[in-house]
Amino acid sequence: MAAITPVTQAVETTVGPTPGAAAPGAKTRLDILVLPALAFFIAFAFIPMIGVLLLSFTDWDGISPITFAGWESWAQVFTDPGTYHALWLTIALMIITWAVQTPISLLLGVFVAGHQRYRAALAVLYFLPLLLSSAAVAIAFKSLLDPNFGLAAGLHLPFLAQDWLGNPTLAQATVVFVIAWQFIPFHTLIYQGGVRQIPASMYEAAQIDGAGRVRQFFSITVPQLKYTIITSSTLMLVGALTYFDLIFVLTQGGPGDATRILALDMYITGFQANQMGAASVIALILVVFGLALTYGIQRLGGRDLSASQMEGM
Amino acid sequence: MTSPITSRRSFLGLAAASTLGAFGLAACGTSGPAQPGGAASATGGGGGGGTATMWGLTGKPGESIRESTVEAFNKLGKGTIEVTSFQNDPYKAKIRTAVGAGQAPTLIFGWGGGILKSYADAGQVDDLTSWIGETSGFKDKFLPSTWGAATFDKKIYAVPIQTTQPILMYYNKTLFEKAGAQLPATWDDVMNLVGVFNGQKVAPFSLGGQSKWTSMMWLEYLLDRVGGPEVFDAIFAKKADAWSDPAVIEACTKTQDLVKANGFIKGFSSIAADTNADQALLYTGKAAMMLHGSWVYGSMKSDNPNFVANSLEIGNFPSVSGGKGDPANIVGNPANYFSISAKASDTEKEVAKAYFTDGLFTDTEVQAWIDAGQVPVASSASSKLSGSADAKFLQLVFDLVSKAPNFQQSWDQALSPAQAEALLNNIDKLFLLESSPEQFASAMNATIGK
Repeated sequence: MAAITPVTQAVETTVGPTPGAAAPGAKTRLDILVLPALAFFIAFAFIPMIGVLLLSFTDWDGISPITFAGWESWAQVFTDPGTYHALWLTIALMIITWAVQTPISLLLGVFVAGHQRYRAALAVLYFLPLLLSSAAVAIAFKSLLDPNFGLAAGLHLPFLAQDWLGNPTLAQATVVFVIAWQFIPFHTLIYQGGVRQIPASMYEAAQIDGAGRVRQFFSITVPQLKYTIITSSTLMLVGALTYFDLIFVLTQGGPGDATRILALDMYITGFQANQMGAASVIALILVVFGLALTYGIQRLGGRDLSASQMEGM
Repeated sequence: MTSPITSRRSFLGLAAASTLGAFGLAACGTSGPAQPGGAASATGGGGGGGTATMWGLTGKPGESIRESTVEAFNKLGKGTIEVTSFQNDPYKAKIRTAVGAGQAPTLIFGWGGGILKSYADAGQVDDLTSWIGETSGFKDKFLPSTWGAATFDKKIYAVPIQTTQPILMYYNKTLFEKAGAQLPATWDDVMNLVGVFNGQKVAPFSLGGQSKWTSMMWLEYLLDRVGGPEVFDAIFAKKADAWSDPAVIEACTKTQDLVKANGFIKGFSSIAADTNADQALLYTGKAAMMLHGSWVYGSMKSDNPNFVANSLEIGNFPSVSGGKGDPANIVGNPANYFSISAKASDTEKEVAKAYFTDGLFTDTEVQAWIDAGQVPVASSASSKLSGSADAKFLQLVFDLVSKAPNFQQSWDQALSPAQAEALLNNIDKLFLLESSPEQFASAMNATIGK
């Protein structure tokens, strides 16, 4: 999706300057193309969501008959300080992982978008974490971070023998690090695609005007990557709501509840404590939060979607 | 102009789909290879030749012993049992969904306690009390202390199977000799040893604290030693404010004293039990003592046979002076259990009961468990233990279990799933010194009845 947005921008501007000129018939046909995706969306997202909404008003342990319980689960979730802790943790994790990943992926993306041969080799190395499953990454890091038998013992570096997953603050930092380690390659790939779409003539013109590399980066590369940044940020921020497998395997929400974000809280409430009603309420909080977030980001970048990025070209 | 609209819609889809992802996937993953009762009985044919289904766990030695036992039973001509095996953690979610959907196998493998009680309350498993009463000599085939976790309101809902797994104290004898110290008999000895071993630059206790249930074992034993089994019985019976019992507060305080005195290895809350790192600390001499389930004997033996043969000492949990609990009491997993699904057909139930009387704990099966270094819950095991290579360990476990006045089932199995989940979380905070004993008690009181 990331690479597509800039591409369509480019196509639109080069092919025809009048986007509204398509025939009405063509528009109808395009709508039909949406149907398969829509069917999947309704079957696997919308209908289950209605089910979750209904479940949130019931008391169900997964075995006994489902009984109507009114607002009981809602009251339980909203009076539980654990919910607010999980919500706050989710927001904090979202912002911190975004702030850590974006600059690194942007710089790496610009770097690997170059055409020198060694960069291709480095790029392949950078993308390796992308090929590993989250569970495998989490298990590997869990072993590496073991204070007695992990990296510290293997490399004989005592300062690495910290209580990485046992100290609440360190455990939160570790989670951010491992998430960044796993997902920066993906966002680097997005930025690489974005950077390669920027016409070289812009840089040539800037050079003639006497702009240095730093100036070129901030005045050409970053503004040209606007939509790429929006796409990548959306994926990061919305993705942060659903970090589950990695954290679940790495810390199980612990120590205490130091890394128990909403998605984990939902799973543990639903499938370990078997309180499907309360878990459904948490799931709905996540849905509302996710929709609001996505809408907000779209608004942020979408107000002047028709504005050309190719002014003066 | 279509492009922004499409992408916005996809983003919405992405947001909605991904937020539901964890929830939806987990639910989908539990549908499993359900074998509806009707189909199974239809293939069964006439009298005595019915087919029942059985779900169990993968992994050695249980899986292969179960399969060969069932194979032997199938040859008796009293019916056929089809076994399907699952990994431990996926099984727990799968069986719950299957039971809830009325698609459980005939024979449901489980751990007794709170989960079995929830099946019983929902009428999903058969009450076996009268059948066991009518079948002469059946109840005596099993170790008496194993029936408790399958009995609610004097009704028996499951039959004990496999092995008994009490929680034991493991000591590294070499380190004790080096320090000139004696094995602890009382809690005061334990606290003294903490100073001794810290002075020797050896961690007193190994603990895989990240797994939480490992920390829970300490509280289970301390509560039993301080207040006796009655305290937890009150909690189990859902008495209001049962967690505020002074014995709970004292057990929590003693636990935190041990944490504060550096009784556990530094960084214990980063150590996970599922990597066996806690056991490795004991046999590599980095820690002198460990409280753990009897199942770690087998894994330590395969990882470091030398240590198990020469340096390992095992005992019951020390007594607490002035405590009400009998020092011979034990905690742990009394047994695993098979219950019969209430949704199974009569033919299937017949086969399952025939399996209980004629298939379960044959001499061959009992011997197979002993050869695997575990104590089966069959009373016929006692005469076979001495011939084993692990005779000393097996005899110790058998004696502890058969002589214990009370075998407390692990709390996370005994309590309802909702309470168990809150319990593990609160115990973790107790060990991190984030909650005081009083905060622990009030947080747990709030879960009573859930």
